[in-house]
Amino acid sequence: VAAMTDHSHALRTLRAFPTLFRIGVAETLAYRGGFLMAVVTAGLPLILLGLWKNAAAAGPIAGYSSTKFVAYFLGIMIVRNLTETNVSWRVGEEIRTGELSMRLLRPIHPVLAFAAQSAAGIPIRSIVSIPFALYLVFGSDGIVLGSEPLQLAALLPSLILAWFIAFGVKFALGSCGFWITRTYGLNSWYTMAWSVCSGFSMPIALVQHTAYAPVAHVAYWLPFYYTIGAPVDLMTTHMTSAEVLHLMGGQLAWAAAIMALVPQVWRAGVRRYEAVGA
Amino acid sequence: VKKYLDVMAVQLRMSVLQALAYRADFVIEGTVALAAKLVALLPLLVLFDQRTTFQGWDRTAALMVMSYFIIIRAVMEGMVSPSVQQLADRIRTGSFDYVLLKPIDAQFLASSARTDMFYIYDLLYGVLIGVYALYDRGTWPSPANVGLGLALLVTGVLAMYALWILCAAAAFWIVRLDSLIAVVGVLYDAARWPVQVFGRVWRTVFTYVIPLALMTTFPSMAILGRLDGATAAATVGGTLGLLVVSRIVWRLALRSYTSASS
Repeated sequence: VAAMTDHSHALRTLRAFPTLFRIGVAETLAYRGGFLMAVVTAGLPLILLGLWKNAAAAGPIAGYSSTKFVAYFLGIMIVRNLTETNVSWRVGEEIRTGELSMRLLRPIHPVLAFAAQSAAGIPIRSIVSIPFALYLVFGSDGIVLGSEPLQLAALLPSLILAWFIAFGVKFALGSCGFWITRTYGLNSWYTMAWSVCSGFSMPIALVQHTAYAPVAHVAYWLPFYYTIGAPVDLMTTHMTSAEVLHLMGGQLAWAAAIMALVPQVWRAGVRRYEAVGA
Repeated sequence: VKKYLDVMAVQLRMSVLQALAYRADFVIEGTVALAAKLVALLPLLVLFDQRTTFQGWDRTAALMVMSYFIIIRAVMEGMVSPSVQQLADRIRTGSFDYVLLKPIDAQFLASSARTDMFYIYDLLYGVLIGVYALYDRGTWPSPANVGLGLALLVTGVLAMYALWILCAAAAFWIVRLDSLIAVVGVLYDAARWPVQVFGRVWRTVFTYVIPLALMTTFPSMAILGRLDGATAAATVGGTLGLLVVSRIVWRLALRSYTSASS
C-alpha cells in the first residue's frame, strides 16, 4: 500500500508540474519590472567584458585575448540567463513571514513548486539571451566556439546540471531561514563569493595562471564553478576528452551531493518550523 | 536643524535596538562574512598581477577606489536602500499618509527611516582597505589632499543619495520598486573600478549618465593628489545639480500621491 501511495503521489506531482510552470510564467509576465531586471542583470557581464577586453587590448592576459574574452562573457551571459534563480530569497522570505505554512498544506512537495516557479523564468529570460547566443555562434567566425563533438554533446547535460546545482544550493541557502532569521546577509555573501569563484567576474582558468592560482584550485572544488563557469568553458574553449570528463564528473558529484543533503536539511528544518508553532 | 538631528538620533537608536535583537547574526556577520568580502577583491588583484599599471592606475590606487566603493555601499545598503524600500511599502499600503502628517520634511523622514546596523562592519572594512592602500603606496598624502578626499567622500555619498531619491520618487508612479532597487544595486557594482579602465562607451555612461565616477573615481584621485581643480569643481557641481534635480522630482512625485483610499 505504501508503495502504491508513493506511486500515485509521484504521478500527481508530475501532472501538476505543467500547471505550476504555467503559473510561474504568468507571474513573470505580470511583474514587468522583473523583466526589466532580467535585461539589466543580463547586461552586467557586458560591463565586465568592457573592462577585460580593454585590458587585453595591449596583449593577451594569461592566455586570454580580446576575442576570447568576448566569447567567454557572452557565454556567461547566456548561461546566467538560463540558470539564474532567486529561490533562496523566496524560501527565506516565506519562512520568515510564515507563508510557507500554506505550501506545506498542499499535496505537492514545496521543493517541486519552487522548482517549477524558478524554471518558469527561463523562457522569458531566454528571449534576452537569444541575440547573444546567435552572435556567439555566427559572429565569432567559429574561432572561439568549441567544435569537438564530445564538448557539444556534453553541453546540454552540463547546462541542466548547472541549473540543478544552482537551484539546489540556493534552496539550501534559503532553508537556513529555519535556523537564522536574517537570510539576507547569507544571500549577499553567497553572491559575493559566487561572483568570483564561479568564473562570473573572470575566467577561473585565467586566475590559474596568476599569483593567485591557489584560489583557482580551491574554486574547482567548490560548487560555484559548476553553476556557470563549467558550461561556459565547454562552450568557448577547446578541451581534451579527459578535461571534459573531469568537468562533467565535478558537476555530477555536486548534483549527487545536493540530492543527498538538501532533502535532509529541508526535513530537519520543517520539523523545527512546526516545533516553533508558526 | 536641531529638530532634524534629534529625529535622526532617535531613529538611529531604534536601529541599534533592532540589530541587537539579532545578536548571533551580528557576530556571524563580523566573522564569516569577512572571507566572502576578501574574495571579492580578487578580480582587482588578478588584473594588477598581470598589468602593473592600466590606464594610469596601479594596484594601490585601484584599491583606494575599492575603499570608496565599499564605504559608500555601506551607507547605501545600510541606510538609504532599506529606507527607500520601506517608503515604497508605505506608498503601496497608504501608510505614507502618516509620514506626510508629521511636522517635518517628508523626504528627510523617508530617507532616514531605517538603518541596518550590520553595515557598520562594511564601513570599517572599507576604511581599513583605504588605510592599507595608502600604507602600501609608501607615501602618505598631504593634509590638503586628505581634506579634499574626505570632502569628496561626502559629495560622493550625496550623489548616491540623490540617485536613490530619484528611485524613491519613482515609487509614487510604479507600484513595485524591488526590481528598480535591484537594478541600481547591479549598476552600482561597476563603481568598484576606476571609470578609466572601461572602454569609451561605459566610461561615458558612468561619468555622465549614471555618474558613478563622482562617487568613487574622482574622490580617489583627489586623495591620491591627481585630481585637477576643474574636475574637483565639476564633481561638486555635478553632485549639487543631482541633488537639486532629485529634490524637484521628489516634489513633483509627492504631488501625484493620492493615498490608498482616495
